[in-house]
Amino acid sequence: MKKLADFFSSSLEKTIGLLLFIALWELAPRAGWVESTYLSPPSVVAKALLALFKSGALSKHLAISLQRALIGMVIAVTFGTVLGLFIGYFKRIEGFLDSLFQSFRQMSAFALFPVFILLFGVGELSKTIIIFWASLWPILLNTINGVKNVDKLQVQSVKSMGASQGFIFLKVILPAAAPDIFTGIRLGGSYCVMALVAAEMIGATAGLGYLILYSQETFNIPDMYAGIVGLAIMGLAINYVLRLIEKFFTSWKQGASIGE
Amino acid sequence: MIKIQASQVYREFQVKNHAGAKEKLVVLDDFNLQVREGEFLSVLGPSGCGKSTFLNILAGLDQHDGGQILVDGDPIKDRSFDRGLVFQGYALLPWRTVLENLEVGLEIRNVPKKERKEIAQRYLSLVGLSAFANQYPHQLSGGMRQRVSIARVLAYQPDLLLMDEPFAALDAQTRETLQLELIRIWEADKKTIVFITHSIDEAILLSDRVAVMTARPGKVKEIIDIALPRPRTEEVRNSPEFAQIRQYAWNLIKDEVVKAQGLQLQAEQIRETGKAGGSLIRLQQKIKEVVLGG
Repeated sequence: MKKLADFFSSSLEKTIGLLLFIALWELAPRAGWVESTYLSPPSVVAKALLALFKSGALSKHLAISLQRALIGMVIAVTFGTVLGLFIGYFKRIEGFLDSLFQSFRQMSAFALFPVFILLFGVGELSKTIIIFWASLWPILLNTINGVKNVDKLQVQSVKSMGASQGFIFLKVILPAAAPDIFTGIRLGGSYCVMALVAAEMIGATAGLGYLILYSQETFNIPDMYAGIVGLAIMGLAINYVLRLIEKFFTSWKQGASIGE
Repeated sequence: MIKIQASQVYREFQVKNHAGAKEKLVVLDDFNLQVREGEFLSVLGPSGCGKSTFLNILAGLDQHDGGQILVDGDPIKDRSFDRGLVFQGYALLPWRTVLENLEVGLEIRNVPKKERKEIAQRYLSLVGLSAFANQYPHQLSGGMRQRVSIARVLAYQPDLLLMDEPFAALDAQTRETLQLELIRIWEADKKTIVFITHSIDEAILLSDRVAVMTARPGKVKEIIDIALPRPRTEEVRNSPEFAQIRQYAWNLIKDEVVKAQGLQLQAEQIRETGKAGGSLIRLQQKIKEVVLGG
């Protein structure tokens, strides 16, 4: 019984900010503080969300958005970690490429979107590329960093026991860099959702980003908010899944005190 | 039987000085040392004298620029022999449990999994940590971690054990316990150990012989035979013989520490004030810290 009470009080603590926000959101249009035509209260948004779900429109848009996010992420993760491991391992290459990477990282994916459209058209390819571009940099740079910061003593100790380069790479460098790589992947995950929305607002006929923009243009405001909420939930879900994967691979870190 | 024969070993590094220009730093010059099979030999010297460099060369992590090092009669460069290295910083793999850490060396040598586990368990019990087999290193204290790291090299069953100030980072009590434990382990199977330290007491307590090094560029100044009886216990520290050897070693190393610290202080002072000057009290304090502190 006490456990149950503890559970509720701790979940209340964690979600109190969110609950207050929803309450305020409900209250503001109803009390007439803001125009309810422009800000639908959450109860109305929930109804719209339910209707979208029942008609199958929500799952259609969600599936397409998820597919785009997934394809972009998978390519970015593969490319970013492989290249990052390679560059971090051969320190000299990193020196040559550092300034290039730093400037690329600063280049917003949104700024480059027109370029991608010019080069690859308005179809799926340019959408995939903008998502890939946005999520690549945190993954790549974190991976390089992770490999570079591997404890030299750990490498030396296995080296003194006659370990091959392959052993050192697979059994020391890779697991040592894993926490940094996963930080990069989670960052990449949230950049990916951001880029996804932008991509779906230009030249798309489906997807949550399209749903939001289309609903606004047709003045279906509750649907617009429903799309936004759907997008937030999707972002949370992606982050949650990435966290689970991260936990699985770095389970040894659980309980490791800070500063170890 | 001679295990290691180092003759006229020379090692230099390229370093950048304060002005940013490249400078040659000679770390080892005319370094001669014989290590006998099965002996416990300590290398004692002031900081920066090149003792760790010598150990790294033995460990295959560094190379010498001149002279010759033979291990079992073969040049060290041609031969990969089994050596285990224990660092001051433990160097355990944090994502592996204690037992898995012990298995690393055996894994490198492709020992089958089942056998690996058995050997690892045996050596873990040797250092008295069987109960911690499935813990991660970060869950252990510093002293326990160093025990694990010693058990790890022992499990690897090397021909040669190399230890680079393994107890320097531990608190005094833990250090003494581990010193005695190392004596017990070594006396049981008499593996050749080359042990680097800057603590006179530690060197005398553990070793058959102590090689005292000069300040940089390092070479062996003198080798002291430690004729204290074995098996050694902690009481040996209080014996008059121990005190005698300690005094003798202190006299040998004193000048070298002054030299080494002097070099360092001089450099510091030049950096701070722009000219060399003497602060004798500070110097003496530093010497005491360095030599007696460990």
